[in-house]
Amino acid sequence: MFRDAVLVAGKDLKVEYRSRVGAQQVLPFALVVLVIFAFTLDANHDLLQTAAAGLYWVAVLFAGVLTVQRSFALEAADGLRDGLRLSGLDPAGIFLGKAAAVAGQLAVLELFLAGGIAVLYSASLHGIVLLVLSAVLATVGLAAAGTVYGIVAAGLGVRETLLPLLLLPVVAPVLLAASKVWEITLQSGPGAWGWMRILVIFAVVYLAAGVLAFGPLLEES
Amino acid sequence: MRRLLGIGSVVGLTLTAILGLFVTPPDRVMGTLVRLLYVHPSVAWVAYLAFGVTALACICYLWPRTRAPFWDRLAVSSAEIGVVFCALTLATGSIWGRPTWGVWWAWDARLTTTALLLALFIGYLALRRVTVDPGARARRSAVAGLVAFADVPIVHMSVVWWNTLHQPATVLRPSLASPTVSGSMAWTLLLSFVSFTLLYGWLLMHRYQNSVLESRLEEEGMEIALAERWAEAVPSGVGR
Repeated sequence: MFRDAVLVAGKDLKVEYRSRVGAQQVLPFALVVLVIFAFTLDANHDLLQTAAAGLYWVAVLFAGVLTVQRSFALEAADGLRDGLRLSGLDPAGIFLGKAAAVAGQLAVLELFLAGGIAVLYSASLHGIVLLVLSAVLATVGLAAAGTVYGIVAAGLGVRETLLPLLLLPVVAPVLLAASKVWEITLQSGPGAWGWMRILVIFAVVYLAAGVLAFGPLLEES
Repeated sequence: MRRLLGIGSVVGLTLTAILGLFVTPPDRVMGTLVRLLYVHPSVAWVAYLAFGVTALACICYLWPRTRAPFWDRLAVSSAEIGVVFCALTLATGSIWGRPTWGVWWAWDARLTTTALLLALFIGYLALRRVTVDPGARARRSAVAGLVAFADVPIVHMSVVWWNTLHQPATVLRPSLASPTVSGSMAWTLLLSFVSFTLLYGWLLMHRYQNSVLESRLEEEGMEIALAERWAEAVPSGVGR
């Protein structure tokens, strides 16, 4: 299972490295989102500093939806999904591999966006351990849930519009918990660890759901 | 059976309306607004019941030993009714909230969870609508429905924490339980629960029947279309 996961993740990341869709389209999009938020909040530095954590995670979420869409668009053409089905790879491995590739891309994106909020919203990034740990957990949860819904919507003519509708309400707890951890940490408040539990539970539930359900869903896509 | 349920729910709802509007007394604090008590909680109960039935039907469909088209049809029928009643719950709650709390919407845990629940099941119905092949639709939507339902406790837990940690009660929240409901009010409330549940059963049976007809149309539609086309084609074909 894990060997298959490494193979699939390697394939997706190699395609990304060669096509650079994430680097040249998704990342700039996410940064534009940060700039646009500043427009709506009237470039008010105090307000932006307070809202930085939430806006950061909304930008990550939007970019995450695009990354998941891209991850499944890779196999939409030329019967590539049939190839994947016939490859004899363990479906759970395919799931873990695709989720890992999405998570890897999101992690890089999050680094750039963190720089973005530091520069644009003058958020001072301290409490790095908590920030990184919560970001890792949230990214795993987002990637796992995204990959489950990515395969649910794969192969449908309307997947671009359907995926956000399916995914955004589902990942609401991740958005809430991750922004809370970041908000609390950036303002040096107490109680960030409690929110970590939600991130852990979410990640575990959706990793398990993906490992169990990906096979049957891949068959039908 | 269906007719009985229909008559029962119509009679029950009419009685609830009469009792609720004319017979029961107005509340000391909320005045005549309290009459929403005979609509809002029972509508919410039907919404949760319907989503619960959908989740159970999804499980039964996914379980290999109980897999049957029955569960798939039951899931979609119940989910549609659930979405309507969930939207009604939010609407009646808003109408109640505006005069009592002073706002249309409060970011209270129960409200937020209900709103996300509505969004999750709207997504479920959207997914069903766009998947064409019946087998794929049944399996995909069963997984999607179940995974969405698994999210509900996490959503609830997160919004409860969000609420208790960062949103001290800013609006007046008259608790339903504290002014004890008694006498004619209690009976009317009970009647409204029973009638709305009967209404759910009635709608569910009709909607189920619809989905049986829909799938028959899907199966036979092609044959009918072919037969019609043949009937058209034969005379001109002979002429050539």
